[in-house]
Amino acid sequence: MKKILVPIKRVPDYEVKLKVAPSGESVITDGIKWIVNPFDEIAVEEALRLKERGNECEIVVVSIGPEGASEQLRTALAMGADSAILVKCESAVDSHVAHEILAQLYSQDTYSLVIMGKQSIDSDANQTGQLLAAKLGLPQATFASKLELKSDWSEVQVTREVDGGLETLSVSLPAVVTTDLRLNEPRYPSLPGIVKAKKKPLNIVEASSLGVDLTPRIKIRKLETPAVRKAGVKLGSVVELVDKLRDEAKVL
Amino acid sequence: MSLAFQLSEDQKLLQSSAHRFAQDEILPIAKEADRVGEIPRALIDKAYDLGLINLVIAEESGGSGLSNLDGVLVIEELAWGCAGVTTTIVANDLALIPIQLAGSAEQKKRYIADVVGAKQLVSFCLSEPGAGSDVAGIKTRLTKVSGGYRLTGAKQWITNGGLAAQYTVFATLDPALKHKGLTAVVVPAGAEGVSHGHHEDKLGQRGSNTTTVNFDEVFVSDEQRLGGEGEGFKIAMRTLDMTRPFTAMIAVGIARRAAECALGYAQERKQFGKAIAEFQGIQFMLADAYTNIDAARLLTLRSAWLADQGQPNSLESSMAKRFAADMAMQVTIDAIQIYGGYGYTKDYPVEKLMRDAKLMQIYEGTSQIQRVVIARELMK
Repeated sequence: MKKILVPIKRVPDYEVKLKVAPSGESVITDGIKWIVNPFDEIAVEEALRLKERGNECEIVVVSIGPEGASEQLRTALAMGADSAILVKCESAVDSHVAHEILAQLYSQDTYSLVIMGKQSIDSDANQTGQLLAAKLGLPQATFASKLELKSDWSEVQVTREVDGGLETLSVSLPAVVTTDLRLNEPRYPSLPGIVKAKKKPLNIVEASSLGVDLTPRIKIRKLETPAVRKAGVKLGSVVELVDKLRDEAKVL
Repeated sequence: MSLAFQLSEDQKLLQSSAHRFAQDEILPIAKEADRVGEIPRALIDKAYDLGLINLVIAEESGGSGLSNLDGVLVIEELAWGCAGVTTTIVANDLALIPIQLAGSAEQKKRYIADVVGAKQLVSFCLSEPGAGSDVAGIKTRLTKVSGGYRLTGAKQWITNGGLAAQYTVFATLDPALKHKGLTAVVVPAGAEGVSHGHHEDKLGQRGSNTTTVNFDEVFVSDEQRLGGEGEGFKIAMRTLDMTRPFTAMIAVGIARRAAECALGYAQERKQFGKAIAEFQGIQFMLADAYTNIDAARLLTLRSAWLADQGQPNSLESSMAKRFAADMAMQVTIDAIQIYGGYGYTKDYPVEKLMRDAKLMQIYEGTSQIQRVVIARELMK
């Protein structure tokens, strides 16, 4: 049976107002709501659609993080993924560590395709997919907005959004594809799906058991919240507006 | 069994999935559904696809097979989006639970699985023009004929009355028998002699379809009867014990949304040079709202949990429903107060929430009847 590997990351809910920790080097995550990184959710959805189009396969989702990340894996299982692996890692994980761990996992089984988000909405590095492909020596197609799999699993055709238009690539499999926002609209986990997900396998692997250097290459020096937007002013007339645009904003 | 206030991974997932549906699908149509008095059928179909309808109906019958506790977690999220939509959705559970409780295997297949498989809406028909709180005063009559009965009478305030494919009807073999005469039957909407009245022009929860349903000499076979003759009252009461936590949680959902809106607005709205949330007069309303919402939620969760344990919950679910309904009324009124003049207009969300909340004190047992039940349980 063909296998698709879908790495997903646990990130803070985009609706949460994050606060910077007193150290200035991290955000306070106690008690916040976590979600599946939206780009990764698109990756899960795309894998499901490939499967639903008749490409028989097993969809394996993997996440790296603390024990709580199993919640995001359950979400993916409830959407329809077949099995999950949690690589338990309590220390900080940057793109470098993530790609090393994923490469190790990839080599422990036979995968025909890796689909993952182009970036996470928390650290926004946009490089794990690229690093992984390079490390494994696989072709890569990033920022996919359309994906077509050849029925014999020999190649995948990927349409990418590039400046000024679309570019279509054919990459031979196995390959790494990263997803862009417009690839699809992910489904919600259905209630029966959530109930069924309970019975699907979720294997836990200790990151330290993979023989990978878990030292991050990136150190966060300082985090700042965006400057608070200043309140606007109410103007009495169009004349006043034009004056201000000309004399103060100097845009006219 | 120890107390535990932590939701499981699955429960959190149910909650977040229902919340997303409320946020992305229900909320955007809520205002228009309220205005025109109709919920788009496409929304019902989507809810059906996600298993948000027939929440506590068994999986083998095509339902989502949730426990009552998990069911109310979902209901709070849906009601946060729109109470009218949620009432429409929960009406299906209400109509199918009597069949799940008292139906034979054949009846469960025909009247639950087939109906759920076809994504249909169904109605629970208990109230009558002259019998609301006084259930034993039901006049809709089942008259014995060869092979079954003739059903005649009128039912009032029937949720989904004009949309339902099937009605679960409580009628009497003889009004003189009072509650001992009540018998439950299942009637397809297409049966000869079944008709429904116009959609009521309601104050709130306007999107939910509410009509009268009339039965004129409708033939009902013995196979359409749930349980034995005279078991209708027991079936209805057991059903309402199960669904009372659902109704209580709809009130919690309405109130939570009102409180969230009011909190957000109070932090934005400036008077006397500062956000009105900085004034204690506003803070006290918000503090009371959040406290009472939490209290209502906890009462409700316990009453649903009791039902899951197969324990009596009439007292606890009546407490939950009474408290939650009255709480939602107060919280939504205060939310309008916090919004001031803006809250009184349809440009802001809170006036709808107040109109929706009012129904919570009336349907599925008024707040007064809940108190009667509570007192009766205390004096048992």
